[in-house]
Amino acid sequence: MPWGERRSLLSGTNDVTVSILSKIRQSDKNGYWFVLPYVLFFLAFVAYPLCFSIILVFHRWNIVTPMEWVGLKNFQRLVADPLFLKSITNTLTFLLIHIPLQILVALVFALLLNSKVRLRGFFRALFFLPVVVSGVAVTILWQQLYSYDYGVLNGLLHAIGLPSIPWLIDPAWAMPSIAIMATWKNVGIYIVLFLVGLQNIPSELYEAASLDGATPSKQFRHITLPMLNPTVILIVVLSTIGGFSLFIEPYVLTGGGPMQSTLSGMLYIYNQAFYFNHMGYAATLGFVFALVILLVVIIQRRVIETEAT
Amino acid sequence: MRTAITYLLLVIGAVMFAYPFLWMLAGSMKPEMEIAGMGLFSSNFNLTSYQQVFTKIPIGRAFVNSLIVSFSATASVVFFGSMVGYALAKLRFAGSNLLYIVILFTMMIPFQIVLIPQYLLMVKLGWTDTYLALVAPTMMSALSIVMFRQFFLSIPSALLDAARIDGCSEPRILFSIVWPLARPVMITVAILTFMASWNEVLWPLMVVRERSLMTMPQIVTLFTIGGEAESQLGSLLAAATLLSLPVIVAYGFFQRYFIESMASTGLKG
Repeated sequence: MPWGERRSLLSGTNDVTVSILSKIRQSDKNGYWFVLPYVLFFLAFVAYPLCFSIILVFHRWNIVTPMEWVGLKNFQRLVADPLFLKSITNTLTFLLIHIPLQILVALVFALLLNSKVRLRGFFRALFFLPVVVSGVAVTILWQQLYSYDYGVLNGLLHAIGLPSIPWLIDPAWAMPSIAIMATWKNVGIYIVLFLVGLQNIPSELYEAASLDGATPSKQFRHITLPMLNPTVILIVVLSTIGGFSLFIEPYVLTGGGPMQSTLSGMLYIYNQAFYFNHMGYAATLGFVFALVILLVVIIQRRVIETEAT
Repeated sequence: MRTAITYLLLVIGAVMFAYPFLWMLAGSMKPEMEIAGMGLFSSNFNLTSYQQVFTKIPIGRAFVNSLIVSFSATASVVFFGSMVGYALAKLRFAGSNLLYIVILFTMMIPFQIVLIPQYLLMVKLGWTDTYLALVAPTMMSALSIVMFRQFFLSIPSALLDAARIDGCSEPRILFSIVWPLARPVMITVAILTFMASWNEVLWPLMVVRERSLMTMPQIVTLFTIGGEAESQLGSLLAAATLLSLPVIVAYGFFQRYFIESMASTGLKG
């Protein structure tokens, strides 16, 4: 640190204040007017809730009676809460099926669309359709498709001589069923992302490789897949955030059952807040879930990036 | 041979994505007894299920509510987003870098952490069961600001300086020079905001209990899980069809914009 700067720090904040003030004086005042609405918005709907959440996690509160300070009790309860643990493992189950399935399906359709086919726009638009439709409508629809006795899916299984699957009735099947439905709904985005990724691969790479005698399957493994790595990271991260935000699907489809097997984090927060009025505990759950999400996403990025190199 | 397999797989995919919607549409018009089948046709198509939906829930009103909420959120996000984005990209003022960092930080916060406090804020302000609660927290978005800023950086400053020399005020520069240039990014931000707002269910479920204020996905959700549908498959499918139809129609017209917009955020996220 240069001497002058250290002196100004030592001699109190006067010099610093003066220099900031002079900077502000030279600033374009229009800038401040233009950003003022967002600053107010940020203070009200981002900064205030963030600070309030840190207060809430140390309190018990049912909105009606005054807040009660409970120290770390919310966290102690959370660590020992079997339903919190269940909601985490449920989310992991969801992600374990949803992410690989989504990448596989999206990659297959993107590769198909990337070859010289007619009606590419038509197919792309069709695959994308579930993305724009409301999740509630999709869930109502799939509830019928998954119906054990009358559902179309079990009807198909029967037609090819397979037994019915207890899609939403069996605790072991319920979360995978939601993961399959979510894949059907979201995969359109990822098909488009993979298509963009595929089109960004320079064709010289393939030309050079085929001159060197690399087979198409080798080209795929050593050119296509590595070049698609950024897209894969993106899909993994977006799907993970989506998985942790899962709410309307279990809310409408199963209500979190059977036997809490589809209780998602968001659904659990919602239940704590609006069925039991445990605002402090609900805020604690939200706080911890947010930390878990950040942690998981950071780890995922690290792992995928190091594996690629 | 290879192209034949390609087309075969694509057609299977097309059926996979289209058939459920067609089944839903057909089921909403079939008599209750025939819905369970896999077929898409019936000689007894009728609109009884739709009549039931309209008599049991105020779905017309909910449609209007959704329009009001989504249009105000979209207009506001585009207006303020472009304003802040412009200031960050083209105006020099102390603290602009700090603000930009704060905005990027905002985008990284998982919404789970602010959800309950935001709801309690609505309660404190007495905004629950008003349009304000539905619209206010979505009136601006960090992502839109970032997208606008990114786009405005590509506009040559010389163009703006010329206007300034001619005595153009900054608001006029924004509205009459920058806005017309920004149509692509405006369409993207508008579609993203509108879709997110139109399909949002969790937040309305939290802040609105008054039936006349409910949004369309919200009222269909409560219709489904609240027992009002009395397990009549037909009316459930009719409600789901009514809910998806406006978006599917809009998508039919502006399909290319929808896909490009939604893919572009993924690429930046």
